[in-house]
Amino acid sequence: MRLIADIAWTHVASRLRQTLVGLLGVAMGVGFSVMMAALMEGSQRDFVTQLVDSLPHITMSDERRNPPRQPAEDAYDAVAFEGLRTPETRPGIKNPYAIVSELESWLAGAVAPSVQSRAVIRYAGRDTAATVTGVDPKRERLVSKLATQIRGGNLDSLYRSSNAIILGDKLAAKIGARVGNTIALTSGRGDTLSCTVVAMFHSGLSQADETQAYTLIKTAQILAGQTGLINAMRIRVTDIMGAMDVANRIEAQTGYKSVSWQEANEDLLSAFQIRNFIMYAVVGAILLVASFGTYNIISTITHEKTRDIAILKSLGFTETTVRRIFLLEALIIGLAGTIVGWMLGYVLCRLLGLIEFKSPFMDATTLPLYYSPAHYLLAAAVALTASAIAGYLPARKAARQHPVEIIRGAS
Amino acid sequence: MREAETAPLIALAAVTKEIGDGVMTTLVRDIDLDVRKGEFIAITGPSGSGKSSLLYLLGLLDVPTSGEVRIEGRRVDALSEGERAHLRLSLLGFVFQFHFLLPEFTALGNVLLPMRALGRLDEPAMETRARSLLESLGLAEHAHKKPGQMSGGQRQRVAIARALANEPQVILADEPTGNLDSHSSEQVLGIFRRLVDETGRAIVMVTHDMDLAARADRQVRIVDGRIV
Repeated sequence: MRLIADIAWTHVASRLRQTLVGLLGVAMGVGFSVMMAALMEGSQRDFVTQLVDSLPHITMSDERRNPPRQPAEDAYDAVAFEGLRTPETRPGIKNPYAIVSELESWLAGAVAPSVQSRAVIRYAGRDTAATVTGVDPKRERLVSKLATQIRGGNLDSLYRSSNAIILGDKLAAKIGARVGNTIALTSGRGDTLSCTVVAMFHSGLSQADETQAYTLIKTAQILAGQTGLINAMRIRVTDIMGAMDVANRIEAQTGYKSVSWQEANEDLLSAFQIRNFIMYAVVGAILLVASFGTYNIISTITHEKTRDIAILKSLGFTETTVRRIFLLEALIIGLAGTIVGWMLGYVLCRLLGLIEFKSPFMDATTLPLYYSPAHYLLAAAVALTASAIAGYLPARKAARQHPVEIIRGAS
Repeated sequence: MREAETAPLIALAAVTKEIGDGVMTTLVRDIDLDVRKGEFIAITGPSGSGKSSLLYLLGLLDVPTSGEVRIEGRRVDALSEGERAHLRLSLLGFVFQFHFLLPEFTALGNVLLPMRALGRLDEPAMETRARSLLESLGLAEHAHKKPGQMSGGQRQRVAIARALANEPQVILADEPTGNLDSHSSEQVLGIFRRLVDETGRAIVMVTHDMDLAARADRQVRIVDGRIV
């Protein structure tokens, strides 16, 4: 084995310049792969964090996923019902505060009851539909980032006047309302309520900023025309990734539909999966291109060393041994390239991290980068595999050469 | 055991070698040849007569189209490439017209190659043996030179040292003096003579030089692939 390494090393060392070119090819591939992976995963994580932070992790509502069990099922062993629907009226969560204290007894996180209702907001002759959420400021600041997103006031401003309301900044801009203006809310049943705008919020998610408004629970209950109504629980968990399991448990316990952020953004997460697939395909392609360089070098070396191969084989080196020599050369180039590539990738990431820019879509001022050993290991695995294949093909060809033909040709 | 003692080191029986696909060219035809311990055989013949091909068949570098090749009584022509390689490594030594040393390795490194490939000795023992081999061929002070820094005669002697590395029973030489001046040729032939007389090895040498051939114990003349 030492012998194989010695011969492989002399070959690689005697072709230093070509070896360096091949090594740089692999290094570029690995470096750019690492950089791309850091960028892709960084932006993905950044996006998820924004998404997850601005909305509650789990929303439990007074809806049910399945129609209630029919008495006929119990009484007559009915096999199936057709045309059943879940109840359409929203009766609110029964005994909400008992559920809150029950959830708080085991949940790692916080629970905030709220009232969801819809209304048309009218100001100065312009109107727009909005979702009005009644919140309890003291609890709300525990379950969402709303408190930190308020501009021109704070969450406690809701206590300042009798019908206080906080509008999304884009919603306010749409109807031209400012802090201090009085706007009219019309509920679906036709009741109208006058509210004073006490603050704005900006979450960074256009959907929320354009359609959301927050009031106190009491105000939203009046708007909905149902006193004591609580129709949604906003829940924040400490373990974000475990939100789905928690949601399932809540649903099993209470029977109310509980939607985790993963379920609510399923389409987005599957879009991320596609994005990741594309990323890995591109990374693979980069490394494939790099491996052509390795193939080229090993081919050249085997071609140049045809005579040496014949000698080694005539001495009694087996095909396997000869093949291993050139395979090892490819792996030396691959490995050295990988290590240089790691450094290159890290430096590229650092440099990218220095770039500051303003995006109209994101609030970040620097590129979100995520450093993970997995990126480095993945790039190394692909690079080494590609190098091994790139080396194996010419190595196999070289090892199969018949020594007699070469010796005959030389003499 | 008795058979191994009496059997020739290498025996060819009715060996024929053809190459080409479609139009076949016969390199050697129906050859019977025994190589015994302590024999110095010269294979002579005009260019293209098939003498080198015969040597490659003796050296297991090539397999015959038909006929049998036996080494110490054991049939070897049907062995796998790997098994034949191992036999070459442990039983046979080659010397070619061109020295065929690896240019990146020193004289010592080149002599060590077959030993390291066989792995019968440990590193210090290999080095001792390689040095003594070089010394016995008058190359002690050239051990750390690379082939490019040596003369043709020196290189050929390094090649002989390499051929002797694993203490082979048979040395197969293909025009070993073809590229050497008369002085170096004389040296090489002297070494061969000594190997046969002192260590009882067998040597098979291909040459077209009748003067050289005359100094072998036995001459085998090949014309058009047949022994005449």
